[in-house]
Amino acid sequence: MNIIFYIAAIVAFVATVMVVTRKNAVHALLYLIVSLLAVSVIFFISGAPFVAALEVIVYAGAILVLFVFAIMMLNLGANSGKEESKLLKPNAWITPAILSLILLCELVYVFINYDGASVELRVIGPQEVSQSLFGGYMLAVELTGMLLMAGVVGAYHIGKEKKREYHRYLQTNENS
Amino acid sequence: MNEILVQILIIVGVLLGTVTIAAGLIYVERKMLAVWQQRSGPNRVGPFGIFQVLADMVKIFFKEDWIPPFVDKKVFIIAPTIIMLSILMSFSIVPFAPGIVIADLNIGLLFFLAMSSLGAYTIVLAGWASNNKYSLLGGMRGAAQMISYEVFMGLSLMGVVIQVGSFNMTDIVNAQKGLWFVVPQFVGFVIFLIAGVAETHRLPFDLPEAESELIAGFHSEYSGMKFGMFFVGEYLGITLVSCMITILFFGGWLGPSFLPPIVWFLIKMFAFILFFVLLRAALARPRYDQLMSFGWKLLLPLALLNVLITGAVVLSNA
Repeated sequence: MNIIFYIAAIVAFVATVMVVTRKNAVHALLYLIVSLLAVSVIFFISGAPFVAALEVIVYAGAILVLFVFAIMMLNLGANSGKEESKLLKPNAWITPAILSLILLCELVYVFINYDGASVELRVIGPQEVSQSLFGGYMLAVELTGMLLMAGVVGAYHIGKEKKREYHRYLQTNENS
Repeated sequence: MNEILVQILIIVGVLLGTVTIAAGLIYVERKMLAVWQQRSGPNRVGPFGIFQVLADMVKIFFKEDWIPPFVDKKVFIIAPTIIMLSILMSFSIVPFAPGIVIADLNIGLLFFLAMSSLGAYTIVLAGWASNNKYSLLGGMRGAAQMISYEVFMGLSLMGVVIQVGSFNMTDIVNAQKGLWFVVPQFVGFVIFLIAGVAETHRLPFDLPEAESELIAGFHSEYSGMKFGMFFVGEYLGITLVSCMITILFFGGWLGPSFLPPIVWFLIKMFAFILFFVLLRAALARPRYDQLMSFGWKLLLPLALLNVLITGAVVLSNA
């Protein structure tokens, strides 16, 4: 169990580093998918098979397909790679690196002071997850639903085009 | 030791069995299409042309495997492997008979949905990596179609899950001992069937590869065995969806006891495979906007209504 965890963790780590350093957007997204799949393996072996399945269905299977879809529509040319390499200058790295370093120090400190009591591993099935989702966390779920609804309505409003009438022979002016 | 050996035997058996069935479908499809269209079909290689599969395989293996210079090479090579991998992974949760299953996961159905949603990448990436406008159009159609139809596919299965109270495939089959779920879940069955055709992008929903408009769409740049992977992947997909329909709605291996359970399973599975072929012979391709509006405006409300009613009935009986 432990070996699988460490392998999945290393895969997730390497893939995430590759996401940040790739210049080609689609390649970066592919590494992000690998990273998500590795995290899903970690969820599965830590007793949350339902969350692992949802991670693959929702994140890897739906959201990132839409990301790839959007990048395909943008059809970035060869120039975008050059522009990306400008963004990877050391100046841009300093602040996030310092912030991450603080977090890493905290993490190491927590691990050193950890008293070694083993966390009990318990498999949590779909029923238990849904009972807490629609029981104790009802309000949060409903609020998230409303937020998503607002997003959908907004996207529809922005994407809606004025209805244009075309005649087969008399093409009306598009801007009128 | 013995258990491990049995497990390995099951894995090898399922792998070889499914790939052989998928390859054999090349012949079955051509022959059955010919029967339904009153033609002879393949009849030159061997008796009734049954060695046609072999001839096709030899041909596809010996073709030049050409990678065009303008493609994104790494992604171009990865794309066809994804569909084979994701579909073969899905077969690991299919119970062919009591005990004959590779992994009896308690989230079996969700695993199937997860793997089928990963299958969408194969079209998207193949279309993008080919660096060709027709392939890109095919890839975009494929992505939109698969994401949309996954929604109804998942929702249509929830009726079954509510009735059984479990995502486990063996539990789902055992719950159908009295009555197959096709009767109480008829709406779910029809929606799953339609979504299954769209997920495997078979005719009449083969718009990502519509040869008359997009010259084979996402796989126009592929040749040799890489094209073969898409081809076999499609037939594997048909086999998988037929297996899932058999398990979820037609009682899996259950049947009168004069035949062994695995035979009942295979009979039901092949009946649905033939139905898929008949669909191809009988129906015309819809327009792309018709496909999308049919999905979102008709199937989605129906699937939601089905979940609502099933939930209410189960709750009132409890």
